[in-house]
Amino acid sequence: MSTTESPAAGVGPVEGAPLFDVDNPAPLIEAPRKRTKKTPRSTRGNFEMAAWLFMRLSGVVLVVLVLGHLLIQLVLDGGVSKIGFAFVAGRWASPFWQVWDLLMLWLAMLHGANGLRTIINDYAERANTRLWLKGLLYTATVFTILLGSLVIFTFDPNIR
Amino acid sequence: MATPVLDKADAAGQPEPGFADSPYITVTFRVRRFNPEVSADAVWEDFQLEIDPKERVLDGLHKIKWDVDGTLTFRRSCAHGICGSDAMRINGKNRLACKTLIKDINPEKPITVEPIKGLTVLKDLVVDMEPFFQAYRDVMPFLITKDTNEPTRERLQSAEDRERFDDTTKCILCAACTSSCPVFWNDGQYFGPAAIVNAHRFIFDSRDEAGEQRLEILNDRDGVWRCRTTFNCTDACPRGIEVTKAIQEVKRALITRRF
Repeated sequence: MSTTESPAAGVGPVEGAPLFDVDNPAPLIEAPRKRTKKTPRSTRGNFEMAAWLFMRLSGVVLVVLVLGHLLIQLVLDGGVSKIGFAFVAGRWASPFWQVWDLLMLWLAMLHGANGLRTIINDYAERANTRLWLKGLLYTATVFTILLGSLVIFTFDPNIR
Repeated sequence: MATPVLDKADAAGQPEPGFADSPYITVTFRVRRFNPEVSADAVWEDFQLEIDPKERVLDGLHKIKWDVDGTLTFRRSCAHGICGSDAMRINGKNRLACKTLIKDINPEKPITVEPIKGLTVLKDLVVDMEPFFQAYRDVMPFLITKDTNEPTRERLQSAEDRERFDDTTKCILCAACTSSCPVFWNDGQYFGPAAIVNAHRFIFDSRDEAGEQRLEILNDRDGVWRCRTTFNCTDACPRGIEVTKAIQEVKRALITRRF
């Protein structure tokens, strides 16, 4: 079963000797889910479930916290023009607003970081890219959360 | 070989105005072809066919393979939408070639036919289904009971209990859902909708006693929690299974059975 005609247009080599033949086929892209030495024995655990639940629960709480925050800061009582050092100092004198802002900081940062983590997992295709992007993400998250918490707890209204 | 030939053009009386004499129209099939024995790259190849628009895409592929180019490679077994071998990407959407009528997919433009995505293409429209079936086997898609004795009578079930998982029994393992899932396209580690659908079929079966085990398998880094509810799987399923709903039900079962 040999044909002298070249294969259908576009399928065969355009010119020159063919690069691949029956004994030397082109390499195929490796199949996913192949069990290799690098494949972890088991990736089961409750972490992904906890993360999934956290996203939903923190989302609901954040709707209240963030909308309330925006309302107080930007709309009610003169809007944005009233915000100054004195306004912030006045609010943070009350533990209620300290807890509100602390909760909002932690939930928003963790919610956003977890969202970005899933996006990195979904879009970064190489293990190394993932590692670096997630390293950067976690560093930025931890830095922002720690710095924000420090400010809320050590805020001194009498600073000069 | 004296089979009479029906001449459709002459058979009927005068055709209505606006109707062509022949039901046949010219359709371009744009097939994505790959042959590792010739080239490392896939190419689009156009085939012009005279075909009845009431025929299916699979009939067009048959015409090409039988009359035009015998090297065209694709899978099909029953050709009636139940064996699940001819899932392919037709006009950018995963469908069964044997259930897609030409008239339904705008034959005025070229009809693109590609292999399903996310799995290794072996030749033309044939992909390596092994990763797909690996995920399927991983969820243990068979009845498991705790008593080791052979049952002496049928395992009975009420109509309501049967109804609970009826939707997911319809799966034919064609891989249209899994290969339409963008999370599966990324690295192929996600179990995929089809495996979860088949786990769902047993998790919610009142006769089965390994639901907890299956839930544990799907409580994986690459298990149900990677589902982003894009609904591609539900749109792609040729059997009309509400795939995303089934995945959400497994998620809910995982949470309610833990807490």
